Amino acid sequence: MLGRLTEGLSARTLILLLLLLAVMLAAPFFASDYLLTVLILILYFAYVGQAWNIMMGFAGQLSLGHALYVGLGAYTAAALYVHFGIGPWIGLLIAIPIAALAGAFIGYLAFRFKVGGVYFAILTIAFAEFARVGFDHLAFTKGSSGLFLPVAQYSKNDLWHLRGQPVMFYYVLLVAVVAAFIGCRALLQSRIGYFWLAIREDEEAARSAGIDTFRYKMIAVVISAAMTSFAGVIYAFYYNNLFPEQVFHISRSIEIILGPIVGGVGTLFGPILGAFVLTGLAESLTEGLHAIGIDIPGAKQVFYGICLLFVIMALPDGVWPWVKRRLGLAERAP
Amino acid sequence: MPFDIYLNVAVGGILTGLVYGLMALGLSVIFGVVRVVNFAHGEMMTVAMYIAVTLFSAFHLDPLIMLVPIAATLGAFGYALQAGVINPFITRPEHSQFLLLVAVAIILVNILLIAFGPDAKTVQVSYAYDSYQLGPLIVDATKAYAALAALVVAAALFCFFQYTTLGTAIRACADNYTGALVVGLDVKHLYALTFALGSACVGAAGVMLALIVDVTPSIGPAYTLLAFIIVITGGLGSMPGALIGGVMIGLTEALAGLLFTPSAKSMFSFAILVLVLLFRPQGILGKKVA
Repeated sequence: MLGRLTEGLSARTLILLLLLLAVMLAAPFFASDYLLTVLILILYFAYVGQAWNIMMGFAGQLSLGHALYVGLGAYTAAALYVHFGIGPWIGLLIAIPIAALAGAFIGYLAFRFKVGGVYFAILTIAFAEFARVGFDHLAFTKGSSGLFLPVAQYSKNDLWHLRGQPVMFYYVLLVAVVAAFIGCRALLQSRIGYFWLAIREDEEAARSAGIDTFRYKMIAVVISAAMTSFAGVIYAFYYNNLFPEQVFHISRSIEIILGPIVGGVGTLFGPILGAFVLTGLAESLTEGLHAIGIDIPGAKQVFYGICLLFVIMALPDGVWPWVKRRLGLAERAP
Repeated sequence: MPFDIYLNVAVGGILTGLVYGLMALGLSVIFGVVRVVNFAHGEMMTVAMYIAVTLFSAFHLDPLIMLVPIAATLGAFGYALQAGVINPFITRPEHSQFLLLVAVAIILVNILLIAFGPDAKTVQVSYAYDSYQLGPLIVDATKAYAALAALVVAAALFCFFQYTTLGTAIRACADNYTGALVVGLDVKHLYALTFALGSACVGAAGVMLALIVDVTPSIGPAYTLLAFIIVITGGLGSMPGALIGGVMIGLTEALAGLLFTPSAKSMFSFAILVLVLLFRPQGILGKKVA
């Protein structure tokens, strides 16, 4: 098992990965409260980025509506907890099928009716927006006035009910990121992974080679949606409040996909690196501008946008391929 | 509810829809030729709205008079954007272009936020409450002027593409990129020009919309989405399609707002989008592409 997991990895890659994992495991013991919340944010984006990457990076289907799956996961688990006292892990078992079904529905409609490329992207936005307006009017989840989870001061971490201090969420998310990383690597090295890459590169050719492209695109959407819904459950129990206007908003979907695009679409480490780069950038801009006395709302985002512009112009394939070469991890050209 | 109300709301929706249509026309022209989806479309329109609002509150310049200068300003911005930033991206994958324009959108929105603050601004022209009465029909003067101006701009654009050499050259680029290069057209310049035209359209639409709705820095994404919906509904690359799509969406939103609740009106536009994508993906007036 372990042999298969590390197959094809150079010793150098393995050492660096383990080193990173060790640093991340130890981080809460040294990090301040503020830094811990930043790290949680990074792990969250690394995880959802990884989930989105399955659809876009592997199977080549551009989804711009992943906030839908986060929102469905978050609202399902939170509503079950608030209304029936059902804990988040049981809630997750219900949230995952719901998100997967939503993904399957969108995928079925799009792929059956041959909606592709930019049109597919806009269809995914439309469904997320549809859900946003729908949840705004859904009384069961308190509509636009927001769904709140009961909060108290926690001295103990109750992992089963996900009630506790940030450090607990940190480790839950760290486990999720590691699991997603390993899972995605396994997928990429499996038959399905190769089929996805074939579809991404040239769908026509993949179909003529006998690949059931509809089926494998569906699998990609369903896995991606199901994975993303877990992030939603964590989101709900970490923030303790949900507003359709925030959870389903298009800017949430954009946030999710910025990380993997900046990190490197289709790479396994891209989403993780992208989350570090972007969240790190945003937080250091906040701190930096505060330090030099600029407190105008919007100033931070202007710099953020300019940085984004330069990154995408200078490194169109993302930061990870570049870093990979710098670290000497890239395969040598024969 | 008396029938009159439906009729009035429907006419109001159609007039607003024509302005939406002009906005979408800009997106359609850009995508049809350059093949780049302008994800900063709504944000560019917001810029035009703020220019109109500022010129009015500072110098009492009527937005309808400033229509051409503001559209030209946006056009210049569009040319610079395409020539300076987007041209290297025309052969890159969609997600890469998407990120680029999202970055542009983030920068625009927040510059507006810094310059004008988060509060809603509006233009109060002297004829803001004027209306024309036609039998049972009461038509807002501002909406009527805005719709008329939208039609004029759209007609001018149509004539440009149909009857001028430059317009023909741009259509050639859209039809066959390589062919256009082979016959010696300066494709990069023509792309920038197209982006300028699209931006001028959305600028003009913004000026007129400033007469009809309040403007805040954050309304951009909603209009970007609206433009997508209209363009896909009407048929990508079809100029009359964009106007018809705009009218359809304007009408749907107005009636949905009346029959249900205004906050749910965008759900109906999304429903139309989904139906069109599924059953007539080329749009109402679009041509089927193999």
